[in-house]
Amino acid sequence: MTVLLRTEGVSKSFGGVQALDEAAIEVDEGSIAGLIGPNGSGKTTLFNVITGYERVDSGHVYLGGKEITNSAPDKVFAAGIGRTFQLTRVFSRLTVMENMIVAAQHHERGQGRGRLRNPLARAGGPATRRRAMELLEFTGIAGHAGALAETLSYGQRKLLEMSYVLMASPSIVLLDEPAGGVNPTLITMIADRIRQLNEQGTTFLIVEHNMDFVMGLCDKVTVLDYGSAVVSGPPSVVRTDPKVLDAYLGTAEDDDDIPVG
Amino acid sequence: MTRNTLIRLSGLAVLLVVAVIFPLVITNALDTQIAVLTMIFVAAVAAWNLFSGFSGYISLGHAVFFGVGAYTVGLLTVHWKVIGGTIFALLPLGGLAAAVVAIPFGLIALRVRRHTFVVITIAIFFIFQLMAYNFSFTGGNQGVSTPFFLWTAASYNNPFYYVGLILAVGTIVLAWLIRNSRFGLQLLAIRDDEDRARGLGVRAMRVKLTAFVISGLITGMIGGLWWFFIGQALPETAFDPTFDLSVALMAFLGGFGTLAGPVLGALILEPLQQWEAITFTNGYVAEVSLGVIFLLVILFLPRGIIPTGKEFLTRWQAIRERRGQPAPDGTAPPASGSAVPSSAQTGGVR
Repeated sequence: MTVLLRTEGVSKSFGGVQALDEAAIEVDEGSIAGLIGPNGSGKTTLFNVITGYERVDSGHVYLGGKEITNSAPDKVFAAGIGRTFQLTRVFSRLTVMENMIVAAQHHERGQGRGRLRNPLARAGGPATRRRAMELLEFTGIAGHAGALAETLSYGQRKLLEMSYVLMASPSIVLLDEPAGGVNPTLITMIADRIRQLNEQGTTFLIVEHNMDFVMGLCDKVTVLDYGSAVVSGPPSVVRTDPKVLDAYLGTAEDDDDIPVG
Repeated sequence: MTRNTLIRLSGLAVLLVVAVIFPLVITNALDTQIAVLTMIFVAAVAAWNLFSGFSGYISLGHAVFFGVGAYTVGLLTVHWKVIGGTIFALLPLGGLAAAVVAIPFGLIALRVRRHTFVVITIAIFFIFQLMAYNFSFTGGNQGVSTPFFLWTAASYNNPFYYVGLILAVGTIVLAWLIRNSRFGLQLLAIRDDEDRARGLGVRAMRVKLTAFVISGLITGMIGGLWWFFIGQALPETAFDPTFDLSVALMAFLGGFGTLAGPVLGALILEPLQQWEAITFTNGYVAEVSLGVIFLLVILFLPRGIIPTGKEFLTRWQAIRERRGQPAPDGTAPPASGSAVPSSAQTGGVR
């Protein structure tokens, strides 16, 4: 199995805080990978570094063998990495359909290459709109296509964010807490959709605190602690690894240090 | 939908006809002078809105483009001794100079966002005003004065009026085209969430800079027209801080970021300002009233006339609909207005 996304010794510090310390992860092509760890362990920072929102202090990021370290976010997206944010971010004063079209721009630009393009051409051709509607139907919010994004509920925004990231058919999608703050029914639905997309060939890397969600969905789970990947393996192995328990519950040595009696 | 479009188009046509025949009907020089300045501001605010309104980056440095345009056109006219109607052929050169200035200006200022951007634009504005005072070729305190234009006094204002009208209509049409284009959608996405837009493949800097340069180019042409009309560019009038404040206030009064709002704001405020300046011999009345209007807009119309008006209209319609269909057998009337699905059909109206 080929590795699609790989980080190598990625370090990043904010002032005195070492957010990432030689973090190394690998995501296999066609898999669903999980990234877990306690709060502040550097999961979102790693996402930001991969997608170009933060620059690395040292280390490398590779996508399909090509180095993309410190590329700008729009270049990373063009290279085939889509991501969602922990706190959903949609274009609130645009309609849901317009949100989708924004994400399709790179795609459209690629199609028009070679001939003279009219910069004032209307946004979103019929093909783009058709694809957008398909995706919105897939995520179940097609009924809101004409509504302003600010009128959507939190869960619907999460679905919209997932939908427009898919507009450019990315090879890998990074989801930052897709199940955070949404109701159980929606969580099941999101998990289903991720599985379906994965069967169609999309690779996923998911940050999530909901352990049932992660363990049920992922082929491989990597645990981050203090900015480093401490364990990586199938969910069943990771779940029982002492180092993971340490990361979440405090180290065993600390317990030993407590004087007894 | 089609009926609405038809009504809207015929309304615009009527407005345009009124604008075209205005100086032929009202020939009083004092009135046409106000009309010329109003056209200048309609065009200026439409150009400003094309960048600031769409991208959300509030520029208080557009007077730089206005002044650069005025000085460029002025110096060229004097140098080449251009007279007669051909003077207007120089306007694109004023616009070009402003556009050239807009590139480094934008590359510097557009690196920062929101409040910092506003402060940087103000700072760059004062640098340009100082340069106008201190360079030898700008004429320092004396500025640049127009030669004599040689057309009849009776209809002296009309050529300026029509050139202003062409600039204004052209800018509004361009803004409308941009609003519906891919480029415009990218600008609006940047306004709502620039980082998210970048993460979806929008080349933010390129898009912002393009809008900034287009806006600067038009503002430069308007500055040139203003110089021809006023007859003199001084560092404090061509690079005028109240120009930016007026333009921003007009946009906010009418509806920041909408197409019609800024135009409406200019049509209200500029004639008012000019009327006050003429009526009250004390020149400060106009400036004080500008401040008062600013406060009133912030307090009562923070989103502007057009968006607030639209909201009132929708609410009124919702109430009327509810009254129009009383519940036949005691069932509650359908909740309209605030519900999401009902607004889904009215998409493009913002």
